[in-house]
Amino acid sequence: MSDTDTTFKLETDSALVQEYKYGFVSDVEADELPKGLNEDIVRAISAKKKEPEWMTEWRLKAFRRWQKKEYPRWAKVQYPPIDYQDIRYYSAPKNTLKSGGEVDPELAKTFEKLGIPIEERNHLAGVAVDAVFDSMSIATTHREMLAEKGIIFCSMSEALQHHPDLVRKYLGTVVPPGDNFYAALNSAVFSDGSFCFIPKGVRCPVELSTYFRINARDTGQFERTLIVAEEGAYVSYIEGCTAPQRDNNQLHAAVVELIALEGAQIKYSTVQNWYAGDENGQGGIYNFVTKRGHCRGANSKISWTQVEVGAAITWKYPSVILEGDNSVGEFYSVAFTNKKMQADTGTKMVHIGKNTSSTIISKGISAGESANSYRGLVRVLPSALNARNHTCCDSMLIGDTCSANTYPVIEAETSTAIIEHEATTSKISEEQLFYVQSRGIDEESATSLIVNGFCKDVFKELPLEFSVEAIKLLELKLEHSVG
Amino acid sequence: MSEKTPFFEIRNLHAKTEDKAILKGVNLTILPGETHALMGPNGSGKSTLSNVIMGHPAYEVTDGEVIFQGQNILELDPDARARLGLFLAFQYPVAIPGISVAKFLKSAADARFGQGTIKPAQFIKQLREDMKFLEMSEAFINRFLNDGFSGGEKKRMEILQMLTLKPVLAVMDETDSGLDIDALRIVSKGVNRMVGPNFGLLVITHYERILRYIAPSHLHVLIDGQVAMSGGPDLVKEVEKNGYDWIREKFGKEVLV
Ligand SMILES: Nc1ncnc2c1ncn2[C@@H]1O[C@H](COP(=O)(O)OP(=O)(O)OP(=O)(O)O)[C@@H](O)[C@H]1O
Ligand SMILES: [Mg+2]
Repeated sequence: MSDTDTTFKLETDSALVQEYKYGFVSDVEADELPKGLNEDIVRAISAKKKEPEWMTEWRLKAFRRWQKKEYPRWAKVQYPPIDYQDIRYYSAPKNTLKSGGEVDPELAKTFEKLGIPIEERNHLAGVAVDAVFDSMSIATTHREMLAEKGIIFCSMSEALQHHPDLVRKYLGTVVPPGDNFYAALNSAVFSDGSFCFIPKGVRCPVELSTYFRINARDTGQFERTLIVAEEGAYVSYIEGCTAPQRDNNQLHAAVVELIALEGAQIKYSTVQNWYAGDENGQGGIYNFVTKRGHCRGANSKISWTQVEVGAAITWKYPSVILEGDNSVGEFYSVAFTNKKMQADTGTKMVHIGKNTSSTIISKGISAGESANSYRGLVRVLPSALNARNHTCCDSMLIGDTCSANTYPVIEAETSTAIIEHEATTSKISEEQLFYVQSRGIDEESATSLIVNGFCKDVFKELPLEFSVEAIKLLELKLEHSVG
Repeated sequence: MSEKTPFFEIRNLHAKTEDKAILKGVNLTILPGETHALMGPNGSGKSTLSNVIMGHPAYEVTDGEVIFQGQNILELDPDARARLGLFLAFQYPVAIPGISVAKFLKSAADARFGQGTIKPAQFIKQLREDMKFLEMSEAFINRFLNDGFSGGEKKRMEILQMLTLKPVLAVMDETDSGLDIDALRIVSKGVNRMVGPNFGLLVITHYERILRYIAPSHLHVLIDGQVAMSGGPDLVKEVEKNGYDWIREKFGKEVLV
């Protein structure tokens, strides 16, 4: 315990404490593995999780592939090389449960502060929550009610213990372990995350939600989420994340896989508010994430909605493989960058089945000295007769020291595809600001109102209460970027 | 309002854009209860004057003052001026996509009257009544502000905003341009609801027809950034008949003297 930094108190000397109100550190005793990465560490993680033998092998295979891989350099983001031996790959709170099964009060307090009640008596109506603290899942609420419907919603570790066959059937089938550098790393060392399984014909009656929290210093978070919706099933899943403010960078490399069988629908919403670093680009989370959905059956649908307002660097392209005929893929994104933040985000829509359609709506807002890029690929294979795509990516600049880029790529291998693409880049308009201000609304609120309107098409895709949160969060972020 | 604190007074106002002087010494005084009309050829600086009164950042004031209720407002941000009770009905209102008319007006009303002063239900009820008064479809409540509105609809929306924000002094920049005859009557009806002993109005127009509905007590003619002539309501007839050249000539001579 003594040689770790997990007992750090709230860093109050930073003027950003107010601005980033999730920057506090919790005083929780941790069970950790030493820093560094090798086969022994991979084995140790697997052992800590009491995983079946095949899983340990799976991880080791991924680790070996990762060793042979190069990190991706094509994104428009810059950062010094990461020393992967200087990262801790496993840190879990030691006592998650008190005797009697209650969640450790310090942990409960942490999530309470973040607005995520995890104790049974405080449950949010209509939302089941899985809370992940560093490498470990703390609590999964509403479990019994869900179990009655045959829905499984638990941490990945539990899933590997209690539902190994289901996990084995689907894990890595959308994002194979060797998919890319970060996905390979994640496959080797992932610690926790959520597993959701919605059986045939079941409509999940509540929003399923996972809340990720990085607490420990020098620790990476590598969560793995797998959502399977069987034939005709429906689920709406929400992901939120925060981290303490620290002056070093921390790595977050997650993998999320979604599988929709025939007629199934998965709606995945994210509000990403990792700590973004300070004015000088000190500190902040590197958010290198692989998210992909697979519309495996006919008439299935997968929607990604993301509101990205945090992280020092974001590298993230939630994608959909549209294999089933008539399947639908959607990507709605708001990416806000400020200070020295860098975001390279977008999506990939791969049309394989007939009459598949995809919609991409991306709103990038850059302020400060940040760089915000949209990168998208719409690929239509010869088999995808009558595929349709509609893409609209708009960028808005606040001030003159930020930048916005769009890199849309269209690869159509059939002549029957209909692909529409619109893109605009604009400075926040002086005329709009003046107009709104002339009605009595101050500059900051006017900016916020205009940006809010700009993002409307994305916000309206979020579950209602979540959308209110997202709008508030964006307003808070904008408060410090005007003038 | 006592004699010593002017209600609304523009004194020797000079303003320019980056490279061009536009207002070259405008003087104009409006007392409470008065309606003034401002006419003048295209490009003479009428919209610039309205924008400078409201505080548009594109213009730099190089000299002069604008006094509103005893205070020089030129140092204030546009929003602070609006909260004091100034209002500008724009010649070309801009669209705010994604923000509904109701949300926009509620935000504006909260800013003007204080957060929480008006209850949402009461606000919507009043808004509905005002819209009915201006013969606007209720569907506009949920449309995005000025987004895809026709020219006439935008002008009507400006008047709806004025009724909502209850300004003390309003400038209407060519609100009548592009209105059909019924819309003109309705818009004028809205304006006249505001007119009263504590309200001042500056109506910028090119046409006599609106002045039949909104009777001004004074008329000014702006030429090349200066008020070249001021008079009573009858002056408008002469302008309609003879245009501006004779005023320009006359004013030029006076300047030469
Ligand atoms: N922001 C600006 N940048 C450059 N020039 C400007 C700007 N605003 C106004 N001007 C110029 O100043 C002059 C006055 O313009 P203004 O719009 O005030 O005229 P106006 O009297 O309202 O004309 P109209 O009757 O056509 O509405 C014009 O020559 C116009 O081109
Ligand atoms: Mg004009």
